[in-house]
Amino acid sequence: MARFLVRRIFEGLIVMWLVTVGVFIIFYVGPGPRGVARALAGKSATPQVVAEVSHRLLLDRPIWVQYWHFLWLLLHGNLGYSFYHDQSVNSILAAAFPITLSLVLGAAILWIIMGVLSGVLSAVRARSLADRTFTGLALFFYSMPTFVLGLLFLLFFYYELTIHGLALFPGSGYTSFTTNPFQWFRGLILPWFTLALVSAATYTRLTRGSMLDVMGEDYIRTARAKGLSERRVIFRHSLRAALTPVVTQFGLDVGILLGGAVITEQVFALPGLGFTAVQAITQQDLPIIIGVVIVAAAAVVVANIVVDAFYAVLDPRVRLH
Amino acid sequence: MSASMNAATALAEPTAPVAEGEAAKKIEGRSPWRLGYERLRRDRAAMISVAVIILIILVAIFAPVIAAIIGHGPNEQFPAPIGVNEQGQPLGPSSRFWLGTDTLGRDVLVRIVYGARISLIVGFVATILTVAIGAAVGLAAAYFGGFVDTTLARLMDWLLAIPFLLLAISLVTVIGPGLTVLIIVIGFLGWASVGRIVRGQVLSIREKEYVEAARSLGAGPWRIMFIDILPNVIAPIIVYTSLLIPVTIVAEASLSFLGVGIPAPTADWGQMIADSQTVYQYGAWWYLVFPSLALLITTLAFNIFGDGVRDAFDPRGDQLFV
Repeated sequence: MARFLVRRIFEGLIVMWLVTVGVFIIFYVGPGPRGVARALAGKSATPQVVAEVSHRLLLDRPIWVQYWHFLWLLLHGNLGYSFYHDQSVNSILAAAFPITLSLVLGAAILWIIMGVLSGVLSAVRARSLADRTFTGLALFFYSMPTFVLGLLFLLFFYYELTIHGLALFPGSGYTSFTTNPFQWFRGLILPWFTLALVSAATYTRLTRGSMLDVMGEDYIRTARAKGLSERRVIFRHSLRAALTPVVTQFGLDVGILLGGAVITEQVFALPGLGFTAVQAITQQDLPIIIGVVIVAAAAVVVANIVVDAFYAVLDPRVRLH
Repeated sequence: MSASMNAATALAEPTAPVAEGEAAKKIEGRSPWRLGYERLRRDRAAMISVAVIILIILVAIFAPVIAAIIGHGPNEQFPAPIGVNEQGQPLGPSSRFWLGTDTLGRDVLVRIVYGARISLIVGFVATILTVAIGAAVGLAAAYFGGFVDTTLARLMDWLLAIPFLLLAISLVTVIGPGLTVLIIVIGFLGWASVGRIVRGQVLSIREKEYVEAARSLGAGPWRIMFIDILPNVIAPIIVYTSLLIPVTIVAEASLSFLGVGIPAPTADWGQMIADSQTVYQYGAWWYLVFPSLALLITTLAFNIFGDGVRDAFDPRGDQLFV
């Protein structure tokens, strides 16, 4: 197990290193050193400022020196400095991360419950009316672009309710949990459901397919034959085995979203990582973009390792190869 | 599955004692393709979705004709009080503008009709590009193995680890927006998932006897890859392609929604929905709802069709494509 983990972590580090190379090439080499200095110094900077910035960022030095400097800072946990905000990238990302975390964790709890429950019900009563309803709904939400669902939610549950004197949900913005837990909850309900409904669809389909496969296995027939209750057969014997692919998908999805739920954050004006990144892109604030991309990639890599480790615990065969 | 097979044999039995010549005529070899096609034809939901897709394609092709019949151009702005009210706000559905007007006093219906062109072009072309790159890389990785495989597999891991939207937005900002840029960015960032699937499939058939046979007959790597192996992984590729089209359409709409898609004033669904954000609080629900419906109906039709294709061509339900 330890050897397996060490190997996976090593592979993850290689991917992370490749990400830094890729990010470096796209942002530092791609637009050319002059472009980078210009972008970093801001739009209204004088040529002198641009020259100073490029000197301070070592942009007038050979490319490998630049990369080494970039990597050196990164290894010390320093993601750089945003000239645009006159703030370190670390502090900007540290302020944005709790918002993304609140959004993603809340939505993840909702979608795993909705997805797995509807998937199990669909599989247990395959081809019934309930199954058709859940499968149809899953397909519907699977086809729904996140921003369409979010905006329709805002139109009906924020705008229409508010003009009819029922201001249940705020239109946008974020209140931190420590400031006011109730406002935090109220402001996140619509974003949670938006993200959860769009994601749950995949889980309904995945759980249903996986349950149907497992329930055809011999050991399920054995469990039934020895007189176990149907409830026990479904939840103890089938669901446990059927959940493996669901857990894999869950880990990867959460990992991807922790790097910024770009669309949901954008629709509801939640200043999380994704929102911050999109804003940084329109402002050409390169250090922040690089910071978010690296954090997001790290989240995906860590999620991959966690999922693999979980898999290895669950299924001993994985450890062998 | 087994129940239906039993039913099929039960039905087949009474016809068995028919004269031999006649029976021989009835038994006809059907290729897996034909079987898949026949299964797809029997799938009612898939057939309805095909009709919807054809309708959308026709709307896109004949957009100028539709615009001429309605009498409004896609970028034609109607000033107050015809296209917008005195406060400059869009006007709701009426006999003149069936689906209302937008913030600049343009006909929403005509713009939705034109927007179908962008969605479909990007949906098809970017998907084909994605699948072509993914299939080629996956095939090469699995066939050559060793160093080539390790490098390409790492490249796929790398692409899958980087958040797609962020990278796409950054690239478009650096290169500059446009239809071709959008297609290339989506294609070049999205192929890794196809690559993984094709690689897995090729790995499993690389050691088959017929590949061995081709090799011993002196076939070169290109011949083996494209003549002997590729046709045997084409079914999953086709299934994946049909499931990828709606994903690509949503990716394009999302990028346009975020403001890095097709530059204005070209009509585009994602951009219209983004634009509607500024006015729905003033009651202009039509500008948000109708483009959203157009996008939703399109992705839904392609998803139902994709599901049908998967059920028809991958009946074992390999759980490859959820």
